[in-house]
Amino acid sequence: MLRVIKRIAYSLVTIFAATTLMFYLLHNIPGDVIDLWAYQLMEEMGLRYEDARQVAMVMYVGYGEDRPLHIQYIEYISNLLRGYLGFSPTFRVSVNDIVLKALPWTLFVLSVALILSFSIGVILGLAISWRRKGILGQVVVAYAAFTDAMPDFVTALLLMIIFAINLRLFPLKGAYNPTLEPGLYPAFIFSIFYHAALPIFSYVIEHIGYWALMMKGSAASVLEEDFVKSAEARGLPDKRIMTAYVGRNAVLPLVASLAIQLGTMLGGSTLIETVFSYPGIGYFFAESIGRRDYPVMQGLFFLIILGVVLANLAVDLIYPLIDPRARREVS
Amino acid sequence: MSFLTKVYYSFLRPILASKRATIGFIITIGFILMAIIGPEIVPLDLTTRYELRFQPPSLEHPLGTDFAGRDTFAQIVHGSREVLLIAFLAALYAILIAISVGMTSGYIGGKVDLALMSIVDIFLTIPNFPIMLAIAATFRVSDPASFAAIISIWMWAGLSRAIRAEIMSLKQKEFIEASKVLGMSNFHIIFRELMPNVFPYILINFITMIRAAITASVGIMFLGVVPFKITHWGVMLNLALFQSGAIYFKEGIYYALSPLIFIVLLEFGAVNLSHGLEEVFNPRLKTYE
Repeated sequence: MLRVIKRIAYSLVTIFAATTLMFYLLHNIPGDVIDLWAYQLMEEMGLRYEDARQVAMVMYVGYGEDRPLHIQYIEYISNLLRGYLGFSPTFRVSVNDIVLKALPWTLFVLSVALILSFSIGVILGLAISWRRKGILGQVVVAYAAFTDAMPDFVTALLLMIIFAINLRLFPLKGAYNPTLEPGLYPAFIFSIFYHAALPIFSYVIEHIGYWALMMKGSAASVLEEDFVKSAEARGLPDKRIMTAYVGRNAVLPLVASLAIQLGTMLGGSTLIETVFSYPGIGYFFAESIGRRDYPVMQGLFFLIILGVVLANLAVDLIYPLIDPRARREVS
Repeated sequence: MSFLTKVYYSFLRPILASKRATIGFIITIGFILMAIIGPEIVPLDLTTRYELRFQPPSLEHPLGTDFAGRDTFAQIVHGSREVLLIAFLAALYAILIAISVGMTSGYIGGKVDLALMSIVDIFLTIPNFPIMLAIAATFRVSDPASFAAIISIWMWAGLSRAIRAEIMSLKQKEFIEASKVLGMSNFHIIFRELMPNVFPYILINFITMIRAAITASVGIMFLGVVPFKITHWGVMLNLALFQSGAIYFKEGIYYALSPLIFIVLLEFGAVNLSHGLEEVFNPRLKTYE
C-alpha cells in the first residue's frame, strides 16, 4: 500500500515538474512575445509595425501580460487544477475544445497501432526464439535492424509517397471523408479506418521489430528455465510448451514496456500526424509551434506528459497483479 | 604504447572483429569524409533557374535538381556537414553529462544518488521529441552548437543511469578495494580504474546517441519551425513536402527521395556499427544476432 501511495506521489511530482518547466521556458522567450507576433503578422499580412502590434495585442489577451510571472504561474496552475487549459489566440477557441476534438483521433490510432504491433511482434518473437537458426529468425532480425535505422517520419513519408500519392490507394489527408456526415453508420466508420490506415501502418512497421526482439530475448531466458526442461522431459507437445509454458511467462515482462512504447509513439505522433495531416494531438502540437500559439503548446504538452505518466503509473500498479514474480520482488 | 596502437586496440580491432560493425564503420567513415571533404570539392550554386526545375538524375546532376533548378547532390553534400556536426556535438554533450551524473551518483551514493536519480527519472518520463521541438522553436536557434545543446539535454538520462549501475557493481570488485587500500586518490580510481571498464559501453552509446540526435534534429528541421540553411536534409524534406509540393509531381520525386535515402543510409551505418560493437564487447548479449 505504501508503495502505491509513493508511486502516485512520484507521478504527481513528475507532472508538476514538467508543467512548471514548460511554463517558465515559454514565458522566458528572449524578446517580447507580442513583438515576435507582430513581426510575424507584418510578414504574413503586410501590415505596418504599429498595426501589427495592435492586432497581436488583441490576439494575446491574457498572455504575456505585465503582471509578475509568479502570479501568472499560480493562475495557470489553478486553472489546470480546475481542468481549464487556457484560450488559444490563433485558433480562437479554448484549448479544451482543441483537446476534445483532437484526442479521440490520437487515442484511436495509437491504441490500434499498439495492439497490432504488440501482438504481431510477440508472435514473431516467440516463433524465432524457438527455432534460433531458422530463416525466419534472420529475416526478422534484419527487418528489426532496418526499421530501427528508419526514423518514424521517414517511414510515414515513404508510405505517403508510395500508397497515397503514386498508387492513390489511400487518402492524402484528414481523419474521415469530409463529404460524409459524422455518425455511426458503415460508410462513415469505413472512412475513419481508411483514413487512419497509413498513420497506423507507419507506427506498426516501426514497432514490430522492437517487440519481436524483446519477446525473443525474454523467451530465450525462459527457455533456460528448469520447468521448461521438465515439461520437455515429460513429453509434452512442443506447441503446448511454447504457448502455455514459455509464451505466457515471456510475455508478462513485456507489459512493463508498453508504457514506454506508448510514450515513444506519443512523441512520434507530432511528426507522423503532420505528414498525414491527421488532426490529432501531435498535429495540433506541431501546428501550434508553427503559429507560436503558446497556450496551445503548453496545454497539449501538459496532456502528453499526463498521458505518459498515467500510462507508466497504470503499468506499475497493474503489473504485480498479473505477474506473481514481480509481486515477490516488491515485497 | 604509441597513440596509433592505442587507437588500433581500443577502436579498430573491436570493429574489425565483427562483420556488421565493419559494414557500419565503412558507411560511417564514408559519411564523415563526405561532411569534411565533400563541400570543398562539390561547389554549391544556389542561383534559381526555373527552366531547370525537377530534372531527373543525369551525369551533370547525379540526383537531379530541386524546385528552383539547383543541383540536389550538391545540397546533400553541403547539408551533411551540418547534420553530422549537430549530431556529433549533441552526442558529445549528452555523453559528458551522462558520465558526470552517472559517476557521481554511483561513486558517492547515498543522498546525492537519490537526488540525482529522481531528476534522471523525471527526464526519462518526459517524452523528448515534443519538448525538444518546443524549445528549439521558441528560442529560434540557428547555430549548430546551441541546437545540439537543446537536443542533448533530453538524451543523457538513460545512459547516466546505466553508468551508475555499472559503477555500483564495479565498486564492489576486488581491484577497486585494492586501490582504496593502497591509498590511491579518488581521481586515480575514477579515471584510471573505473573509466576504462565502462569505456566500451560509452563508445556504443555514443554511436546510438549520434543516431538519436540525427533523427531528432532532422525531425525538428522537417517541421520547419527553426530557421536553418536550405541544404540541411530536414529542411530539404520540409521544402519537398510542404513548401514546393515536390512529392506530388512525378518529376519532383528525386528531390524528395534524395534526403530520405541519405538519412536511412547514414542511420543504417550507425545501427550496424553500434550493434556490431555490442556483439564484440558483450558476447552474452545476443539481442541483435
